[in-house]
Amino acid sequence: MGFLDIDNVTKSYGSVQVLNSTQIEVEEGEFLVLVGPSGCGKSTLLNMIAGLEKVSDGEIRINGTRVNEVRPADRNIAMVFQSYALYPNMTVRGNISFGMEMHGVPKPEREAKIAEVAELLQITHLLDRKPGQLSGGQRQRVAMGRALTRYPDVFLFDEPLSNLDAKLRVDMRTEIKKLHQKLGTTIVYVTHDQIEALTLSTRIAVMFGGDVQQLGTPQEIYDNPANMFVAGFMGSPAMNLLPARLLRQDGVMCAGLKLADGSEVLLPFPRAEGLDRYAGREIVLGIRPEAMTDPEGADRDSPALAQVDLPVDVVEPAGSDTFVTVSLGGRDAIGRFRAHTQARAGHPARFAFDMAKAVAFDPKTEARLA
Amino acid sequence: MSIPLSFGRISLYLLLGLFCIYYLLPLYVMVANSLKPLDEITSGGMMALPSDWTLAPWRSAWSEAQVGVEATGLRPYFTNSLVMVVPAVMITTLMGALNGYVLTKWRFRGDTLIFGLILFGCFIPFQIVLIPMARTLGLLGLSGTVPGLVFVHVIYGISFSTLYFRNYYAAFPTELVRAAEIDGAGFFTIFRRILLPNSGPIAVVCVIWLFTNIWNDFLFGASFSDFDSQPMTVALNNLVQSSTGVKEYNVHFAGAIMAALPTLFVYVVAGRFFVRGLMTGSVKG
Ligand SMILES: Nc1ncnc2c1ncn2[C@@H]1O[C@H](COP(=O)(O)OP(=O)(O)O)[C@@H](O)[C@H]1O
Ligand SMILES: [Mg+2]
Repeated sequence: MGFLDIDNVTKSYGSVQVLNSTQIEVEEGEFLVLVGPSGCGKSTLLNMIAGLEKVSDGEIRINGTRVNEVRPADRNIAMVFQSYALYPNMTVRGNISFGMEMHGVPKPEREAKIAEVAELLQITHLLDRKPGQLSGGQRQRVAMGRALTRYPDVFLFDEPLSNLDAKLRVDMRTEIKKLHQKLGTTIVYVTHDQIEALTLSTRIAVMFGGDVQQLGTPQEIYDNPANMFVAGFMGSPAMNLLPARLLRQDGVMCAGLKLADGSEVLLPFPRAEGLDRYAGREIVLGIRPEAMTDPEGADRDSPALAQVDLPVDVVEPAGSDTFVTVSLGGRDAIGRFRAHTQARAGHPARFAFDMAKAVAFDPKTEARLA
Repeated sequence: MSIPLSFGRISLYLLLGLFCIYYLLPLYVMVANSLKPLDEITSGGMMALPSDWTLAPWRSAWSEAQVGVEATGLRPYFTNSLVMVVPAVMITTLMGALNGYVLTKWRFRGDTLIFGLILFGCFIPFQIVLIPMARTLGLLGLSGTVPGLVFVHVIYGISFSTLYFRNYYAAFPTELVRAAEIDGAGFFTIFRRILLPNSGPIAVVCVIWLFTNIWNDFLFGASFSDFDSQPMTVALNNLVQSSTGVKEYNVHFAGAIMAALPTLFVYVVAGRFFVRGLMTGSVKG
């Protein structure tokens, strides 16, 4: 049993079920990120943890205690909203102090705590301003300050960075991570941004269509996505998902990929060794752009490096890397080359496939096979 | 920037000037005639400025003229109206705010139906409720009293104030309410500390609307009041209609202006808050 237990929780609005039976155990001090496209039920789940939405079925436990019927204020949670939800009629000080006031914290103690939190978030000089006089980043800090006054068991964040511009978003991301490292409080964090999920979390729950598609560490999710949705959603540029044929050639499992000219290239695929029942059948080969690179940039320690010459369609320099597009299995596959690659559009270039990193999916069920 | 004075422009200004005069003329007549002795009016000088300026008609209308049985002037009725309108406006506004809060932030099954029924109250003509209301006031023991009038006006005003506040609060960010809930605030604390302080603009609209309607109401005042609880409008009517002696037009004009001043005052004082956006920067930005 975890510190925060989401035990077979479902949520329906009327006859529409928006969250199917969900099981997540969060350990104390974990940073769990719920990630998924808009409308997949992330906020709904978070609001149920907060107590702002009723649980239709199942149980939520914090620290071993069932909280389904406990008021939000008594759950010992703190929440940061996407819109910050600062009270416009109160100063920053008033905003931070309101929760403590409601919980009957005496004034001197409140003042001390406000000073401490303001110091931590560097908003001391803003304490007497109204929210309307703050920039987006400053509002964000105040919203976090308000949450920090409570020594909560669990911090809940609902897309806290999505209203900030790109630069500020990266800065605040780092600050949230630092804060977590400093305080060690359990965090459940909702975002639709897979990079935020990968950088912040200790564990990720990838959600789609009211289901948790995969729950695991960022590494597990990135390296071994449970299905094609997770593979396509996590990572940028996305994992290449290429129709391929699985076959045994000279005693070795290989993935066969069609080229634009109709010929087939065979890549030894040791991870598929156990998949004899799929031999001769169609699969979807999943390979990340960085596992499809120039030989000089490839991971030389990889146990399964396969080199082939392929005709390049497009070359896109992107500063630190160059993205090279090639047609494989009828799809555009993107490889990540070093910046100074010699690859030219219309000419063949040598690719090194790190097949130890490649995965295979069933084209029908979309689940991972290997 | 200068706009060339074309023929069109000139005729536009002329037309606007004409309308100004048209609308301001009655006010001019009232003010001018309330400041002259009666013989100046009866001798036919309705449009002229007073030649002999006097405040006597105002004094008479305020404290000397024969309105009811005694020659009290309009003063006691002015007080009646104030004592009626202030609590009526306050209670109605507050209840409208509370209704709007519940209907938008604490939604429940059937809330739209209830809102629809409340709205229905906006369309019920005054005359229909006269007799049932008289009966109700009698049962409550409020017949012929100022509290009785307050009661009637509150009942009638709630539909409108609910409509105003519901629509305003529908656009009020629900996340603020949720944040306050997590902060530990209860139903009424959220209302008092979060909703109400951010309701300035709509409260002003509501107060102006209610004040004007309740202060100017004649039908309920005439139907449900006694001699000692009559509001200003009814008293003014009595003053003008009183059949004893000559008609003192200058006093009537002064009384009519007195009856109109409070609503004017509310417009001027509250109107400036109309435009203030009090919600800037609460959410997003
Ligand atoms: N009050 C509600 N009534 C009906 N459906 C709702 C309500 N709130 C959310 N939903 C639906 O539930 C689904 C999940 O919503 P939400 O949890 O907000 O998604 P997100 O992952 O974008 O945060 C959406 O399809 C949404 O339309
Ligand atoms: Mg959401």
